[in-house]
Amino acid sequence: MLVLAFDTATPAVTAALHDGGRVLAESTTIDARRHGELLAPAVERVLREAGVTLRDLTAIVAGTGPGPYTGLRVGLMTATALATTAGVPAFGVCTLDALAYATELPGPFLVATDARRKEVFWARYGDPRTRLDGPRVDKPHDLPGELPVVGAGGRMYADIVGPGRISGPEHPSAGALAALAAERLAPLSAEEAAELARVPEGRVDSVEKAQELSVLGPPRPIYLRRPDAQVPGAPKKVTA
Amino acid sequence: MTGRDEPIVLGIETSCDETGVGIVRGHTLLADTIASSMEEHARYGGVVPEVASRAHLEAMTPTVESALAKAGLRFSDIDAVAVTAGPGLAGALLVGVAAAKAYALGLGVPLYGVNHLAAHVAVDQLEHGPLPKPAIALLVSGGHSSLLLVPDVAQEVVSLGSTVDDAAGEAFDKVARVLGLPFPGGPHIDRAAREGSGAAVAFPRGKYDDGTLDFSFSGLKTAVARWVEARQAAGETVSVPDVAASFQEAVVDVLTRKALQACARHGVEDLLIGGGVAANSRLRALAQERCDAAGVRLRVPRPGLCTDNGAMVAALGSELVAAGVAPSTLEIPADSSLPITAVHV
Ligand SMILES: [Zn+2]
Repeated sequence: MLVLAFDTATPAVTAALHDGGRVLAESTTIDARRHGELLAPAVERVLREAGVTLRDLTAIVAGTGPGPYTGLRVGLMTATALATTAGVPAFGVCTLDALAYATELPGPFLVATDARRKEVFWARYGDPRTRLDGPRVDKPHDLPGELPVVGAGGRMYADIVGPGRISGPEHPSAGALAALAAERLAPLSAEEAAELARVPEGRVDSVEKAQELSVLGPPRPIYLRRPDAQVPGAPKKVTA
Repeated sequence: MTGRDEPIVLGIETSCDETGVGIVRGHTLLADTIASSMEEHARYGGVVPEVASRAHLEAMTPTVESALAKAGLRFSDIDAVAVTAGPGLAGALLVGVAAAKAYALGLGVPLYGVNHLAAHVAVDQLEHGPLPKPAIALLVSGGHSSLLLVPDVAQEVVSLGSTVDDAAGEAFDKVARVLGLPFPGGPHIDRAAREGSGAAVAFPRGKYDDGTLDFSFSGLKTAVARWVEARQAAGETVSVPDVAASFQEAVVDVLTRKALQACARHGVEDLLIGGGVAANSRLRALAQERCDAAGVRLRVPRPGLCTDNGAMVAALGSELVAAGVAPSTLEIPADSSLPITAVHV
């Protein structure tokens, strides 16, 4: 198995190659404004470092967010376009799941990332592999309970959530994203994998559903907010 | 190089609301496919950047696949990928640039990041053959109103003038709203104007005699609104055809006057008009009349090639390949305010 994974849903632009057992090559750059400039060269670099071509891949996996939309779309567009040229399937994995998977916590905990506008994207996990609630977007005040908070969203608002609850890692790693995807892909037949690539990512209400659905989905963005736009009223008068 | 030996270039355009994918071989158009999110924007009375960006991401893969199918080609036939790197809406450009980089990387072919305005100029070659050097180009749309001197579209384009406020197409949209016509306003004003008189109301022509090659449409737009409001306040009925025709006449009078001034000043005998507003029937007619009188040859691509499309990007990419220009790196940014001095990045 060979999985190429990348994520552009947070300030970290990450890319990694995973063979089902270990990370073969990995690249991480923290820069919230240059996802579009950094991702393609990073993908090229990890492929070259591992001596792998796109056609050798089992799957391409991109973080579906939630995350600031402009950067998020770079990763998903890249995954979809690369996959069509190489004839390999593209999957999406919720970015918060990759952060959860990378934590040392046995669970339960929250994962939160920066949603800008003084809000966080967050989800609640039973353990590093199981999302129980979310993803959602809320004010940091509204994060539930006493649980530890993994990810930059907790650190940014440490004064609100309480410094004692902050836990790592801060940003998702492509290594973790690739490892998580490889773990979920391994037991699947090609048909089952193809079916999963069409299941839309959505809110899940039970542990069973979370385990069943929350990891691999189609490479489509999780937006959680509607576009800012207002339907105009009558034209404004220019004469007072 | 001619015919089947010429490289096949895939062009991607996402600077505004159209997801455009074109494929050319040399100067031959093989496919030109468009997915537009205009219907989603219409209810907002203007293009909403986030709505456009979301639509580009959704539409890109199917649009590329349909262009390949129309051209009867496979991905492996593509020799180079060109993409609009700017100017345009930042988030929208970024989707196209990300796609183009991935296609170039995935196919192992060179990438060319190109200027949207230069692409509007280059597209005419698909229809009317090589562009005389130099030429003057007038580009008018909802996003731009520019007069360009084009010594060589692959190498050098010089800005002679542009709008100091609204784009010409924007003025059409705003006046359409005042007249109760739908968005986008251009085609509706054009249609209404056919029943009216362009001489009915003497609307102001901004910067008409100021000696520059710049445009201003904001004052005109406000003058139309004041005129209409005054009549409505007095309980008079407003003739939509007359106001539309008179407004349109003011716009195309200034556009064509300055375009021919540009030709005269620079001793250029070829004028190209492009951009969405080039579809306006009165602009085409008056430009033809004035070009004939001045001994200038006029080139206007068919309407489908005037509005934003992928063929224009492929056409410029093809020009760059033929000129032996070095490809772009995978690091190029999408630049929402890319100056015309950068034909490629
Ligand atoms: Zn344009």
